[in-house]
Amino acid sequence: MTLKISAEHVEAIFAQSVAEYPDECCGVILGPEGSDFAQVLKPMVNSAHSPTFYEFDSKDLLSLYRELDDNSQEIVVVYHSHTETEAYPSRTDIAYASEPNAHYVLVSTRKEIAPEREFRSYRIIDGAVTEEPVEIIAAIGE
Amino acid sequence: MSAPIIEVRIPTILRPYTKNEKVVSAEATNLAELIAALDKSFVGLGDRLLENGELRRFINIYINDEDVRFMGSLAATLKAGDSVTILPAVAGGC
Repeated sequence: MTLKISAEHVEAIFAQSVAEYPDECCGVILGPEGSDFAQVLKPMVNSAHSPTFYEFDSKDLLSLYRELDDNSQEIVVVYHSHTETEAYPSRTDIAYASEPNAHYVLVSTRKEIAPEREFRSYRIIDGAVTEEPVEIIAAIGE
Repeated sequence: MSAPIIEVRIPTILRPYTKNEKVVSAEATNLAELIAALDKSFVGLGDRLLENGELRRFINIYINDEDVRFMGSLAATLKAGDSVTILPAVAGGC
């Protein structure tokens, strides 16, 4: 399955990863339930404030799920940044991946590939990682 | 007096244990009893919530709007009308 994502969201995620460097940044993109449409970008606070770990704040997590329920939305994308390593799911990323329907996006801003950047997407189900193509669309709805 | 019936919201990843039910219920007066009751009805669910008799680090459980870690964890008390939400942490790292 291909992840379709707007160029605007891609740029916003990279901007967040730079702004929060050296910590990992994280967030979600929400869409209507069952649509697989990455519509609304929602940056989240990394409560771990760490260059090697991210975790959504527990209160923010509950608010997020309440909001999803109220609006019949779901998490289409879960994203986070790797600051010094490849944009590939780590063992901890795989161990804690708990949304079988989500696209897990990883970006990397590691210096050795600058000015290039990495933006990659995966499915992580029962510990199995499958990379999937990313199609960057000009704008939402196209 | 019998224990109150508590409504529990189950996250997607644990719904295979509850025959895909999003909301289930069980009788309990505290969280430890609730998890034991859930595990009796939905075998294996308890093991996904507990590790060595403690709440798993990357499972968040809330009573109404409060994280149970601030309410005594497994000893957190439950009363009629309380609603419990289970959410796996969204976490990872390089």
